[in-house]
Amino acid sequence: MNDAFPLPVRAFWGLVVRDSRVLAREAVSFALRTLMNPLLFVFVFTYVLPKVGGGGFATGAATGPRFATVLLPGLIAVSIFFQGIAAVALPLSTELGATREIEDRLMAPIAIWVVALEKICFSAVQSIIAACAVFPLVYWIPAQPPVITFNWPLLVLVVVLASLTAGSMGLVLGTIVPPRQIGLIFSIVVLPVTFLGCVYYPWAALSAVRWLQIGVLINPLVYVSEGLRASLTPGVSHMQVPIVLGAIVVVLVALTWLGIRTFTRRVIT
Amino acid sequence: MNAVEIRDLVKQYEADAPRAVDGIDLDIADGELFGLLGPNGAGKTTTVGVATTRVRATRGTVRVAGADATHDPVGVKRVIGVVTQFNTLDRACTVRENLIYHCRYFGIGAASARARADELLTTFVLADRRDANVSELSGGMVQRLQIARAIAHRPHVLFLDEPTAGLDPQSRLALWSVLSDLRTREGITILLTTHHMEEADAMCDRLAIMDAGKILVSGTPDELKRSVGVDTIVELSVDTMNEDLRTALAALPGVSSVEITDHGARVFASSTDGLMARVVETATGNGLRDVSLTAPTLETVFITLTGRGLRE
Repeated sequence: MNDAFPLPVRAFWGLVVRDSRVLAREAVSFALRTLMNPLLFVFVFTYVLPKVGGGGFATGAATGPRFATVLLPGLIAVSIFFQGIAAVALPLSTELGATREIEDRLMAPIAIWVVALEKICFSAVQSIIAACAVFPLVYWIPAQPPVITFNWPLLVLVVVLASLTAGSMGLVLGTIVPPRQIGLIFSIVVLPVTFLGCVYYPWAALSAVRWLQIGVLINPLVYVSEGLRASLTPGVSHMQVPIVLGAIVVVLVALTWLGIRTFTRRVIT
Repeated sequence: MNAVEIRDLVKQYEADAPRAVDGIDLDIADGELFGLLGPNGAGKTTTVGVATTRVRATRGTVRVAGADATHDPVGVKRVIGVVTQFNTLDRACTVRENLIYHCRYFGIGAASARARADELLTTFVLADRRDANVSELSGGMVQRLQIARAIAHRPHVLFLDEPTAGLDPQSRLALWSVLSDLRTREGITILLTTHHMEEADAMCDRLAIMDAGKILVSGTPDELKRSVGVDTIVELSVDTMNEDLRTALAALPGVSSVEITDHGARVFASSTDGLMARVVETATGNGLRDVSLTAPTLETVFITLTGRGLRE
């Protein structure tokens, strides 16, 4: 980036270049952490189980459409969200705590909130790469492929908003969870958010368990899964698009504000 | 213009906690190597923290090269380099990358950043380890790399918080020679904190002694040593040290104070005439084992001012 750009832009770009270098070096672990969960899930539930006679569950009879069609947007949503934890929360917790290695970036000639914002943006890039990488898996592996109708503008919008939201959630978690307890994120955040995130079933299907259908509305992953359903598999029942987008934007703004606040409090006393 | 100007700086971390920094004023001139001395908890790191924009002042101002640390932190960060007490090197990057990306954070273009990194690797004798992971470096190398990184963008003022803590004597000497070269070559202003009095005495142009959040005294090392009104110190080693002996020593002509030590006593005196003989005579009855004369050191200044030894 040449000198024509103002210093803050060049400094921000410097942070991006550093993160890109580190990501490239960790390409294998990035691929493994991104692909393993959806690969195994799709393989077992949409390939193995139908072959071994998984019955109504595996063929999706309970929810109407094929299970692969229900699962595709859900697994992409999980991959997007998981990157926020893996790309921001886990490294940030260490960088702020034990090693303090974020120190040099904090001393860059930019405001502290810009450093936090770069974390969110770079995590979002990883989420988008993850979403693209997961797509072929969940499309090609199932014994019966999912039924897809692309709504490209909506798809891009949902993926970008969801990716930024995931990064901001990672920022909040990485700044409030101490490094010693960071492993707990998996049991108290990742698992409940995933299992109750309308990943494996559309939200409408939860009407059978009304209290749960209301309860899961606090889970941001629900809106991402439903938004991806609206943009990829409109044949499966899904929430209305304005509600989905509105909810994601509200969560994004709230988590970004909170994340920048908690980040600043951690680094300035 | 002063490189650093501190006016009535107060920092209180919690409402009911004592003030970590309690109303200090300090001026550091351009090109000076200034030492901030004091025991742990004196407020040195907090003072540096405010000047480097990482601690918010409760009251008062700190200006670095004209920029206000509270109202223009970005302006301050532009002109300073910082080495903290901890190893904050980027573990995900190599030695060379730590330097390159630091330059990039300061908006330096890719090619210039690489050139500057290579230049610094040679200057700081790290060229052999350029592609090593930073976790493979020795303590001395880590500190050299941190200083190289802190000056990579050619800052106006370099802040070093306890730069020699945890280093072996060889690395410590090497580090002092690096800092000395740095001043000659780059004309940089350096503010360092330390509790190694001898080092501060040998290296600093001026220094200030802090304790309990206040600056007790500041000036050149010689000024400080003269300020206590002590020309000589007699270290006394005796079998039985007691209050009678202390009183007797304190009553000798020229003696300004006596402090009891682990092995005997330390006698501070303003005159050396016949002092040694009188001290020996007075202490003989208590099983005198050893006696030695020393000139006042910064530690003398510190002890005289605070009435106690350094807490490491």
